[in-house]
Amino acid sequence: MSALVLECRLPGMLTTVQDGGRWGYQGKGMPVAGAMDLPSFRRGNILAGNDENDGAIEVTLLGPTLFVAEGEGMVAATGADLGFQINGRPAPMWTAVAVGAGDVLSFSGPLSGCRAYLCFSGGVDVPPVMESRSTYTRARVGGFLGRALKKGDTLRCGAPLSLWRKCEGLVCPEGLRPVYPPEAPLRVVPGPQDDLFTEKGKDTFYGSEYTVSNSADRMGYRMDGPEIEHTGAADIISDAIPLGAVQVPGHGQPIVMLADRQTTGGYTKIGVVCSVDIAALSQRLPGQKVRFQKIPLDDALALAREEAGKRDELRRLRSAWRSAPGEPVPLPVSGPDLPSRGEARIRVDGEEHRISWEEIREVE
Amino acid sequence: MEEKKYPRILTAGDGCVVAEFGDSIDMEINSRAAALGNEILRLGFPGVLDAVPTYRSLAVYFDPVATDVKRLYSRLEELCGKEESAAGHEKRRTIVVPTLYGGEWGPDLDDVAEHTGFSPEEVVRRHSGLDCYCFMLGFTPGFPYLGGMDPALETPRLKNPRETIPAGAVAIGGKQTGIYSIASPGGWRLIGRTPMRLFDPDRDPPIFLEAGMWIRFRPIEKAEFDEIEAASLKGSYRPVILGEEEGSS
Repeated sequence: MSALVLECRLPGMLTTVQDGGRWGYQGKGMPVAGAMDLPSFRRGNILAGNDENDGAIEVTLLGPTLFVAEGEGMVAATGADLGFQINGRPAPMWTAVAVGAGDVLSFSGPLSGCRAYLCFSGGVDVPPVMESRSTYTRARVGGFLGRALKKGDTLRCGAPLSLWRKCEGLVCPEGLRPVYPPEAPLRVVPGPQDDLFTEKGKDTFYGSEYTVSNSADRMGYRMDGPEIEHTGAADIISDAIPLGAVQVPGHGQPIVMLADRQTTGGYTKIGVVCSVDIAALSQRLPGQKVRFQKIPLDDALALAREEAGKRDELRRLRSAWRSAPGEPVPLPVSGPDLPSRGEARIRVDGEEHRISWEEIREVE
Repeated sequence: MEEKKYPRILTAGDGCVVAEFGDSIDMEINSRAAALGNEILRLGFPGVLDAVPTYRSLAVYFDPVATDVKRLYSRLEELCGKEESAAGHEKRRTIVVPTLYGGEWGPDLDDVAEHTGFSPEEVVRRHSGLDCYCFMLGFTPGFPYLGGMDPALETPRLKNPRETIPAGAVAIGGKQTGIYSIASPGGWRLIGRTPMRLFDPDRDPPIFLEAGMWIRFRPIEKAEFDEIEAASLKGSYRPVILGEEEGSS
């Protein structure tokens, strides 16, 4: 068994390697980047048998055509429905599908949403830069040579976890998938500069309908709609820009800052879109409508816990799925120092047995 | 408008909280933000992902699920109060930035000289004669926001910004001086270039500068420029950081 090697036959519109983001360097001016729709990305990795933040491919609207040049493994497609196909035939999304040398993965065209993820067992193994595989194209850092994929590029996947084959056929049930109803408002926690807006300005923001403008990319989505009134100047002494921050410059139109946002900026921030709704926004397209709804921080934290709970549930399903058909996997040693995964060989009656183990995370 | 009280803790969504120390660009305020950032990272608070010092505040990023958010808020409040007495006791660290002034490396040096009424040599002497303070990093990876340039060197930005300014360009824009950390467009006047790479993602650390550091520009000649550039390309160059001086007065 060898790990997957993928050859890019057609690059698609904007196809990049992303992971959970480049954390820990924002203080030095390095943006986080990472997958735009983290809930979909993480479910894909769980289905493929990976850690949830492993490297994967983010596909934008028009997907790439990838040829499996070598190896075998699992692929799971999640996120937007962009017409995922294997060997020219529609293939199931939210499902671990076995692929091998000679298979072709492609997309027939967008049906709903904007960004899909292709997660492969073993993860897409580009060299980590500043501890992350995410592509940040503006500084040409990370991912595949710091840029979007081009025709002819070859990507390698890592060695999958030992139980990868047992993920085959595992499906993320509908109830555990993220849902992004197009009419649902984006929930916003007020602050850090909501005091620099008039009551009228805040009523405008939370009470009006906005349209996603054509300036909408991985850095941020600019909205068009009624002008939001400031108490005074729209500029502040530059400070940090969190993920989902709603900046309102002097023109009064909100801009929601996303994965590739710069680390600092000098515009007032009326609120921050809660983490679970950032994915919903990243699946919307220019011309679509957006409303904002104010919620307290505690509610946003509860939503984040609910989202994490669903991923824990999917991991539980994965453990059950993997252990169901086969024989129990014996642990060669026990105790607190047992590494979370590994392989060992033991000899019984002159016959060698290979044993592999992997810790299945226990969750409350 | 009502008077704001500092320090104050500001909610910035379900993954970030901000400790704000004031409402002005001030070294004392800034050094408290930087010191709190170091402190919170030293503590290793469970769930904290990043600490970002800016001019007058510190943003702390956290995982909303792995963090006891109430405890993080109260811990920050507690530490903010404590920093009051600790401020100014951090050691002053000065990073030396070797700079080749003028010529093709600083094509706007003569314009700056003309605008300020100094000779080019005097511009260089004044620019390298005063240490600058790094308030924060941002804009691009490793780009320092500096304060403390000799006010007599103030020169307006170019009317037509250049499409590409090379990494390492040392420039003056209005009252500020700066160093371009990666090749990017910009409208500042280029007076020199450092062969030191401010940002090298494959090096450890990728970025030498830190918020709260001082910067001293040291004029160099072409031969030394070439030497340092070669070492920088190999990733073996280590900057001189003077670290044992007393805190700022």
